[in-house]
Amino acid sequence: MVRLDNLGGQEATTKTAMMVRFDQVSKSFGMTKVLNELELEVPPGEKLAVIGPSGSGKTTILRLLMTLERPNAGIIEVDGEPLWHERKGNQLVPASEQHLRRMRTKIGMVFQQFNLFPHMKVLRNVMEAPVRVLGVPQEQAEAQAKRLLDMVGLSQKLDAYPAQLSGGQQQRVAIARALALKPKVMLFDEVTSALDPELVGEVLQVVRELTHSRDMTMLMVTHEMRFARESSDRVVMFDHGKIIEAGPPELIFTNPAHERTRGFLKAVLERG
Amino acid sequence: MIWDNSFALSVLPVIAQGLAITVLITFTGTAIALCIGLVLAIMRRARAKWISLPAEAFVEFVRATPLLVQLFFLYFGLPVFGISLSALVTGIIGIGLNYSAYTAEVYRAGIEGVPRGQWEAARALNFSHGQTWVRIILPQAVRKVIPALGNYLIAMFKDTPILASISVLEMLEQAQIVGSENFRYLEPMTLVGLLFILVSYPATLLVRRLEVRYGQVR
Repeated sequence: MVRLDNLGGQEATTKTAMMVRFDQVSKSFGMTKVLNELELEVPPGEKLAVIGPSGSGKTTILRLLMTLERPNAGIIEVDGEPLWHERKGNQLVPASEQHLRRMRTKIGMVFQQFNLFPHMKVLRNVMEAPVRVLGVPQEQAEAQAKRLLDMVGLSQKLDAYPAQLSGGQQQRVAIARALALKPKVMLFDEVTSALDPELVGEVLQVVRELTHSRDMTMLMVTHEMRFARESSDRVVMFDHGKIIEAGPPELIFTNPAHERTRGFLKAVLERG
Repeated sequence: MIWDNSFALSVLPVIAQGLAITVLITFTGTAIALCIGLVLAIMRRARAKWISLPAEAFVEFVRATPLLVQLFFLYFGLPVFGISLSALVTGIIGIGLNYSAYTAEVYRAGIEGVPRGQWEAARALNFSHGQTWVRIILPQAVRKVIPALGNYLIAMFKDTPILASISVLEMLEQAQIVGSENFRYLEPMTLVGLLFILVSYPATLLVRRLEVRYGQVR
């Protein structure tokens, strides 16, 4: 269990046990600092809701984890291994593409804009990565894809193209597609923000079922406060690139400690 | 000088031979332009400067110089370096390379038209660079530019007479030879024009249908 010699037993154990760990992570876009020495630890299996005003850096933590953006400083660990770095002897050096590809097998992401492949039918969208990336045999990948699409309620749409589906249906396909690679960590980036209001429910229902039935670690950036309250183990509130408050949902939503959290929740709940 | 029907009929087979060469040039030239253009477009997107810069330089060079000059350069210049190819092969390579600079720009528009989310989804699903290009990006990019590429194919067809300048026996060159042998140019040249229309007009209609089907970039 002990990973680094210079750490005491207790501390080393807790750190290796974390599924996701941000250590002093900073990220800027040009002059704008989106993450400011962020510290965050997510234990395995936790369903973490990430809330906060737009531009507070919520989405950026998901994009860093999915290796879509590179941090400017700090260490990110996933499943006990540095994500953007590799160990060479005692040193951490920037990760090679090979290392990044290996780390990515642990992580899956669902995007705000679905990003389905428009030139592939629904079934193919879900099968393509297992077949090409993991080398799963066609029949096996197809059976798995059908199972997943059945789980998200789309077994009738296997032969449809994404453009023929509603936004809610597309997003459910996107969830099935991400699950097909069996990630240990799933990232949900405002998965209902691009949907018409009447389609939000069907997508949240699928995500909610995942929070019950899987021991997958889930990070969910969301503006759906009721969903966050009902479906997460813990809520973190972001503001200006920092976590200003974290705790169990009952506490955050009923009795937030921080003035900014109170203001934010009030604004969001009034709008909703 | 009036139109002589029997003379026109007698030269038609020779000119039709020229048409066969013209079509051959167009198809092989197009094949070169489609392949090299795609390679150039992908090279130009590379982050490594030593890959993107040569492609960019080639495209700019070709676009900034006339096709005729490029053909003369290949035809008279290559033998100096010990490479001697037939006029036909030189012509095909020349026109193919020339058009590859233009198809590269077409592909580029198509590639840039693929939303960033597609790249991100490909990365999130852990596709390799090669798989991302082949499975995700190019099928979408190429589909959008099929009509534009079709237009370049027609343009190349109409540019083939330039190869007469390096004595390739395409349609115009055949007509010129027939004309000078008989001191009559009206019929052969008219036939050349008619045969061009006969091929390129239906081709234009076909491209229009492709535009309806695949939509158009810009």
